[in-house]
Amino acid sequence: MHRFANPGRFLRLANRIQPWLKALTVLGFIIGLYLALWGSPPDYQQGETVRIMYVHVPAAWMALFAYLLVGLASASSLIWRHPLADVAAEAMSPVGAAFTLIALITGSLWGKPMWGTYWVWDARLTSFLLLFFLYLGHMALLGAFDDRARGQRSAAVLAIVGLVNLPVIKFSVDWWNTLHQPASIVRMGGISIDSSMQWPLFAMAITFHLFMLAAVIERMRTLLLEARLRNQRLAAFERVGTQARASE
Amino acid sequence: MKRKTLRLYLVLISLALLGTATMLVLNAFDREIVFFFSPSEIAAERPVPGRVIRLGGLVETGSVKKLDDGATVSFKVTDLKAATEIAYRGVLPDLFREGQGVVVEGAFNDSGNFVASQVLAKHDENYLPPEVAKALKASGRWQEGAGTEATPAAMPANSSATSGASQ
Repeated sequence: MHRFANPGRFLRLANRIQPWLKALTVLGFIIGLYLALWGSPPDYQQGETVRIMYVHVPAAWMALFAYLLVGLASASSLIWRHPLADVAAEAMSPVGAAFTLIALITGSLWGKPMWGTYWVWDARLTSFLLLFFLYLGHMALLGAFDDRARGQRSAAVLAIVGLVNLPVIKFSVDWWNTLHQPASIVRMGGISIDSSMQWPLFAMAITFHLFMLAAVIERMRTLLLEARLRNQRLAAFERVGTQARASE
Repeated sequence: MKRKTLRLYLVLISLALLGTATMLVLNAFDREIVFFFSPSEIAAERPVPGRVIRLGGLVETGSVKKLDDGATVSFKVTDLKAATEIAYRGVLPDLFREGQGVVVEGAFNDSGNFVASQVLAKHDENYLPPEVAKALKASGRWQEGAGTEATPAAMPANSSATSGASQ
């Protein structure tokens, strides 16, 4: 882990893989969207509306995955003081929040024609909304202190506390009766999605992973360069200060 | 013990405590978190008239009738053990059909009839192209409204909770 602790080394590596990652993401979206919109059949009950699944489900997975990563990065920042962990957590939480919002909006648009309502307060939907607020809280805490390190500390604690919500989201549909249906992929008894719909879904899921990775690396790169800029400005100020004192 | 190890244990122990606390709280609120009750639960403990509740189950096959006023639909919601008669005036969701999982919101009136203010359809976790569903039905490996599994999607949580515990 500490091999990439050096921001300079991380930046060099990021610069090298980023073009490939972006190209793969574009390719993935072309293939995935083609399969999702044209290359897959309508559902026996839901008809064409089922195509919302190809965005909704991967977005929801990414929302959970990104939060898990924010939590792990926060833990490694608190425990091992890994120098890149805070940058990673800060880079990831807006990306995760965006995926959460996408999942909430597409789910709502899917709910209206299928369930007959945009929103209900069942356990799955409520716990997922809580995830969105956790992301917002994490982002707000990061900027809430003049001392950046203090903000990172408190945000890391919040992120770790919020990890408790992840199993609640995942198993909410099994623990309580909800309007949301139980899991179709990660469940006992195998996948309950026909293979003609499962592969387009997986293609979209892989693409969403690539997209998230590219977005997070891009943000980490920006945050690191910003930090470098801040340090340089600070150094410049100090230089001017000492020169001014010397000329007096 | 090194400080790093100490911090690691501190984080792990805090998470374990927090997880336990959350579980206890969620357990305590169990009945409040449940989105709907089943007809059996309603039959066992009849809610007071006028109290708004949600009731979930399958639309009993052959129970859907249009009443004489032309706008009210009446149907029974069943969990295969008990059934509750529902009266509803309004637009039914597209997925509403006999054998389908539904959640109805409403209250018992003073004469003991359940009057729904909203009917929501539940869909199950099975996704199939129409031809495959047809073929499955033709070969008899399909039960209407029950999906490919023995437990229908809208069954009360008890059934899925027990299967969850066995996982």
